[in-house]
Amino acid sequence: MKRILIEQGRVIDPANSIDRTGPVYVADGKILALFEKPDGFEADSVIDASGQIVCPGFIDISTRLRQPGQSHKATFQTETKAAAAGGITTLILQPDTRPVIDTPAITELVKELAENSNYRQILPIGALTRNLEGQELSSMLALQEAGCIAVGNGGKPISNLLVLRRAMEYAASHDLLLIYRPNEQSLSNEGCAHEGAFSTRYGLPGIPETAETIALSQCLELAELTGCRVHFGQISCRRSVIKIQQAQKYGLSVSADIAAHQLHLTENDMKPFDSVYHVLPPLRSEQDKLFLRKALMQGTIGTLCSDHQPHDLDAKLGAFPETEPGISALETLLPLMLKLVDEKLITLSQGIAALTQTPAKVLRLESGTLTPGKSADICIFDPGRRWQVDRSTWYSKGINTPYWGEQLTGRVSATLQSGKIIYQGVFHD
Amino acid sequence: MSHNLQLNAEGKLKHFLTIDGLDKALLTEILDTAESFAEMSGHHVKKVPLLRGKTIVNLFFENSTRTRTTFELAAKRLSADVISMNIATSATSKGESLLDTIRNLEAMFVDMFVVRHGTSGAAHFIAEHTAPHISVINAGDGRHSHPTQAMLDMFTIRQFKPDFSTLRVAIIGDILHSRVARSQILALNTLGAAEVRVIAPKTLLPAYVETLGVTVCHNLTEGLKDIDVIIMLRLQKERMTSALLPSESEYFKCFGLTPEKLEIAKPDAIVMHPGPINRGVEIDTRVADGPQSVILRQVSNGIAIRMAVMSMAMQTQGAT
Repeated sequence: MKRILIEQGRVIDPANSIDRTGPVYVADGKILALFEKPDGFEADSVIDASGQIVCPGFIDISTRLRQPGQSHKATFQTETKAAAAGGITTLILQPDTRPVIDTPAITELVKELAENSNYRQILPIGALTRNLEGQELSSMLALQEAGCIAVGNGGKPISNLLVLRRAMEYAASHDLLLIYRPNEQSLSNEGCAHEGAFSTRYGLPGIPETAETIALSQCLELAELTGCRVHFGQISCRRSVIKIQQAQKYGLSVSADIAAHQLHLTENDMKPFDSVYHVLPPLRSEQDKLFLRKALMQGTIGTLCSDHQPHDLDAKLGAFPETEPGISALETLLPLMLKLVDEKLITLSQGIAALTQTPAKVLRLESGTLTPGKSADICIFDPGRRWQVDRSTWYSKGINTPYWGEQLTGRVSATLQSGKIIYQGVFHD
Repeated sequence: MSHNLQLNAEGKLKHFLTIDGLDKALLTEILDTAESFAEMSGHHVKKVPLLRGKTIVNLFFENSTRTRTTFELAAKRLSADVISMNIATSATSKGESLLDTIRNLEAMFVDMFVVRHGTSGAAHFIAEHTAPHISVINAGDGRHSHPTQAMLDMFTIRQFKPDFSTLRVAIIGDILHSRVARSQILALNTLGAAEVRVIAPKTLLPAYVETLGVTVCHNLTEGLKDIDVIIMLRLQKERMTSALLPSESEYFKCFGLTPEKLEIAKPDAIVMHPGPINRGVEIDTRVADGPQSVILRQVSNGIAIRMAVMSMAMQTQGAT
C-alpha cells in the first residue's frame, strides 16, 4: 500500500500533547512515525504541508446524510465529499433515516451505501426504540453487532419514562452508549424558534429552554438509576450546561456535544422569517451562547459537532414555521471552530481536541489521534485561508446554511482516511 | 431585510406586511390618507378612480368575514377589479403549494395580493417570492401581524383622542395568540403613546412580552387605572381545551369588561374590540353596546384605512 510523507506541517495531536513542526510518515493505512524518518522509508507521494496544520481527521458525532429515504435532499455520494472537503474522516449517523436505523438490515444498507461512496468510516447510531416511537425497545445488541456505534433517540422524544428506563437498563447491560438529544415534546410543542424576544416579536411559536432541561434532568436521573453511559447531543442552553456540570461533579459518566453554529449564532442573528435560521434545537439567547462557550472553554462539554442536516430547496421554501429545520454544516465545521480560536476562547489544540480526541473517547474509537500504529485519519488545513461559501466551493447537496455567500477562514487542503487521500484540494473522480 | 422589504428605494410603502420598521411619519401618512377617504365616504358611497384597471386578488387561506369584506369594499371604491379567493388549506399543504398558487395567479396579471394566512411569516414569504411589480398587503398572518387592523384602530383612537403622547392604552386578553395585539403595540409605541399596558393571565402572554415595550399587569382592576383607551381581544374557545384557562366564566370574572370595571378607567375612556366579540366572555353586552364603545366605528374605519394602504402601495408601483 501507498507510503505518504506529509512534510513541513505544524503537527497538532492533542491526545499526545504534540504541537510541533515536522514530517508525518504514513504507510499501509497507518501512522508509521512522527518527526523521525523510519529506516528505509521511501514515500510514494509527498504532501507539502508548509504553513498548514496537520492533525487527526475529524470525528463528527451528529450527521444526517439523508439516505436511505430522502435522496432528493442529499446522498452518500454528495455528503461524503462534503465531509472529506471538511476534513472529517468519521461520520456518526443519526438513526432518523427512512426507514429508521432500527434493524441490522438497515444498518447493513447504510454500510453498503458507505462502501459505494468510497468513504468507509460511517458509523450509524442505532434507534433506541423501534421506529424511534418511544414504545418498544429495538434489538440493540443486534444493531451493535451489525455495526452501530451507539443507540440514540435521534432527537425524537421518549415520553414514557418507563420505556426510557428499560431502554437505558438494557443498553447498560450491553455497555452500549446512549446518545440522547433531550426534548420534552409537550413543552416544545409546535415550536419553531427559541422562546424569547425574537419569537415574541414575530409571533413564532416558541420552544422554551425547559423543553430541553426537563428531558435532560429526567435522563440524568435515569442515568444514575441504570448506570447507562449517556452522551447528550446538541445542548443549546445555559441551564443544560449547569445540570451537566453538576452531574459530572457528582460523578456521573455523562458527556455532551454542541452544534458549532450554536456557539456563534443567537436569536438576535436571525433575519425575520428567513428559513435558513430554522434549526432544532433553536438558536437561543446571547446568554445561552456565552454559557455554551464557557462550557467548551472549561471542558465541561468537550465535543463539537456539525449536526449536519442538508435539505432540498423546497424544504426551506415557505412560511418559516412550515419549513423544515436544519443546517447543512459539514463544510463550515472547521471554520466555525477556528473562529473560536481566533476569538481567543479556546486554543487551537483545544479546538482540534473537540473534533478528534474527545469524541473518540466518548465513542471509544481508536482514531482521533496521530499515535503511530493507529489508522492514518489525517486532516491537513490552512488556518488562514479565506474562502467564500458558494457553489464553486461547496460540495454538500444542501445549501441551507446561514453562511451562504459569506467569507470564512480556514480551509482543508487534504484529507486522508485510513492512509488514503480522499480529498486534496479538489476531487479527481 | 424583512423590514425594508415593504419599502421601496425612496422609503415609500410597496408592501404592507407589518408595522415593524415603519416610522411615525409613514404611519401618520397612512392615517391622514385614510382621513381623506373617510370624509369622502362619510357623505356618499363614492368611487374614486385611483386604481382603475388594477387587479387585486384577496387570498384568504383562513376564514374571515369583516376583514375580507372591507378589503373588497375598499378595492371597489378605488375602482379596482377585485377577486376574492377562499383557499382551504389542509394541514399538509406546504410552502411549495403556496408558491405555486402565487405563481399561477401572477400569470393572470395581478397587481396586488391581499393575503390572510394561518402561519406567521406567510405574507413576508409571498412578498419575497412574488414578481417585483406586485404589492402584497398582509391581512393577518398567524400570530405575527395584522397591520391594517392596527392602523384602523389607531385611526379610531385618533378620532377620539388626537394626542397619542398623553394616552395610556390597555390591551386586555389573549396577547399570546394575537397578531392584532402585536401590531397594535408596535403602532402605539411608534406613534408615541405614553403607555401601553397588557392585562392578561400569564398563560395568555408571550414569555418575553415586556421586550415589546409594554407594562404587564395580571389584574384587571389594577390595570384599568388611568387608562384612556381599552382594547379588548377576542377569546377563542379552544383556549379552554388547551389548558390555558379553566373556564369562560372564570375568565369573565377576572378579565371580562363590565360596567363596574369600566368605571375604574378614566371617565372618558373609549372601549375598542377588533371583533367578532364574545358577549359575556371578554365583554359585557352593556359595555359593548354602551356609550363608551367605539366598536362599530372601528368597522367603518376599516374601509378607509384599507383604501389608504392599497392606494399608497399602488402609487409606488406607478412610480417604478
